[in-house]
Amino acid sequence: MGLMEDYHPLKGKMFQILKPDGTLQPGGKPPLTDQETLALYQKMVFIRLADQRALSLQRQGRFGTYAPIWGQEACQVGSTYPLQKGDWVFPAFREIGAALMMGISLKKFYLYWMGNEMGSRAPEGINMMPVSVPVGSQTLHAVGAAWAAKIKGDKIVTIAYFGDGATSKGDFHEAMNFAGVFKAPTIFFCQNNQFAISVPRSLQTASKTIAQKAIAYGFDGIQVDGNDLFAVIMATKEAVEKARSGAGPTLIEGVTYRFGPHTTADDPTKYRKEEEIEPWKPLDPLVRLRLYLKGRGLWNEEVETRITEEAQKEIDQTVKEAEAVPTPEVEEIFKYVFAEMTPPLKEQLEYLKSTL
Amino acid sequence: MAEGDRTMAKLNMVEAINLALREEMERDNRVVILGEDVGKEGGVFRVTDGLQAKFGADRVIDTPLAEAGIVGSAFGMAVYGLRPIAEIQFEGFLYPCLDQINNHIGRIRNRSRGRFTCPLVIRLPYGGGIHAPEHHSDSPEAILAHIPGIKVVIPSTPYEAKGLLFSAIRDPDPVIFFEPKRIYRAIREEVPEGDYTIPLGKARLVQEGKDVTMVVWGAMVREALNAAEQLKADKIEAEIIDLRTISPIDSETIVTSIRKTGRGVIVHEAPKTCGLGAEIIALINEKALLSLQAPIERVTGFDIPVPLMKTEHYYLPNPKRIILAVKRVMSF
Repeated sequence: MGLMEDYHPLKGKMFQILKPDGTLQPGGKPPLTDQETLALYQKMVFIRLADQRALSLQRQGRFGTYAPIWGQEACQVGSTYPLQKGDWVFPAFREIGAALMMGISLKKFYLYWMGNEMGSRAPEGINMMPVSVPVGSQTLHAVGAAWAAKIKGDKIVTIAYFGDGATSKGDFHEAMNFAGVFKAPTIFFCQNNQFAISVPRSLQTASKTIAQKAIAYGFDGIQVDGNDLFAVIMATKEAVEKARSGAGPTLIEGVTYRFGPHTTADDPTKYRKEEEIEPWKPLDPLVRLRLYLKGRGLWNEEVETRITEEAQKEIDQTVKEAEAVPTPEVEEIFKYVFAEMTPPLKEQLEYLKSTL
Repeated sequence: MAEGDRTMAKLNMVEAINLALREEMERDNRVVILGEDVGKEGGVFRVTDGLQAKFGADRVIDTPLAEAGIVGSAFGMAVYGLRPIAEIQFEGFLYPCLDQINNHIGRIRNRSRGRFTCPLVIRLPYGGGIHAPEHHSDSPEAILAHIPGIKVVIPSTPYEAKGLLFSAIRDPDPVIFFEPKRIYRAIREEVPEGDYTIPLGKARLVQEGKDVTMVVWGAMVREALNAAEQLKADKIEAEIIDLRTISPIDSETIVTSIRKTGRGVIVHEAPKTCGLGAEIIALINEKALLSLQAPIERVTGFDIPVPLMKTEHYYLPNPKRIILAVKRVMSF
């Protein structure tokens, strides 16, 4: 039996390989070598620190409103890891992990959240769309792109990121339906972080799991422990291979937890008690990976200090570089609206310049 | 403070709207609030703060995250006899609701020849100037004003917001209530407790002046006042009209003022093309063309997506641009 059959959503089982105590489930096999695991752990530490820096820069007024990843690192690192060059990523707005994994530079990422649209311009060769703020709308785009690839005969897959809140949107259901009907090579990756701003998962849908929604649309769904890097990699890898082979879409529900606020504009104490967070703390994706690596003789305090210091140094440098980028000239906000600036826009730009 | 036997407090617009909602829910048990994060959280701007605790989760409803769902079910509630007030968290999330607003909400009275009606309010924080992320700074009021069968209201101060919201909730027809988020907490003024209404469809003369008419609404009222103050140094007296309701528009107040001053400047944050300014100029041309001493000027946003915070200042109309426009019409 394959993973998708073993963990059919109606069986009520969540797929997990690495337990919170850092040991493997009976029969569980890591999809990575020790060195690969250490490298991805290092990446996750970097992502968490870069995310924390973004939060503190926002508090100092050097960043705009920011949506932190804190707690969802395994979901994003694990689900981008099995992707190949040519595959496409359609993020929501909390995807610092996916962005860095795809090769978007931290400087570019920071630039966007500092309020410069140039930060949304992915470098050539990296197929990652700008963040999508209107919740769930990007799921349709991932289906359209996958469908186009199928029409053109390209063996690529697309992956859409969204949260539990997005599964309430019509867009999500339309995307799932289209993907099922046209067997689009798409992976729907739901980071179920338990909250849509203040609204808990239980008020979002009466379904027992989000994964089971796939059944109604005629394709596979699987619920994985989203804080288990290994399980996320395994499930996504299978979904990616399936999509690439022409067998259609998969819905993956990564069960995780948003440790931070929805965004820096949010005060979670209004709707979430500290004691509600407590049970999730031992489930932190970094904690269990650290325990696992320690058991393999690859982690100790010294390693942690080195990794952290290296990351902080790189982040310091990146902040400097991003902040050194000058405020864009006024032409910048006009020149990308159309391929060629239209006469009314030219006129409006000239007028604006005359008033500055 | 007290005015007669009425308690007055200095409130900002968030507090004034909250007070209006609270009082109207006490007065009329058909009134319910629904939207994303409006309950436990009290809304992302805290406009519905404390209301769920007071009125319960059946009347202040945290919905699943789906704007078309919120507005479409508000329609059903209204048709059945409730008085729903739907909150759309930011104007950038309004667009999925346009199907419901245009195809059902705006026309059920007409389609059913008066048998079914949907008296509901859709509250909608809108506009730029708060350094918000993408899709949090648009001014789509003209899109809504273009739709038959709905009224569109935009308050410009806390006092105005309370009186206009009472009228909007009690109106027999659907009302879109745009709240200029940039001035949510920027102005404090005395707002009385208890009932008072400001009629829909009537503009407000903010200040009298003989030289030029400024037509504004929402957050732009403050910008116009600022510009008018500076223009005094040039001995230019500006008359300021706050439209309050952009659909139906109060053409009489506009035209009366233009007949007096002969000159006009319209200010809006929305893009220039097909913005409400164009409609107002057309109205003036229809009703007061021969009173004009100069072409009407528009000070607006541009036909571009509202930029992110680094460059947003280029986009927003400001007193400097308003003054330049006034000087152009004065020296025509």
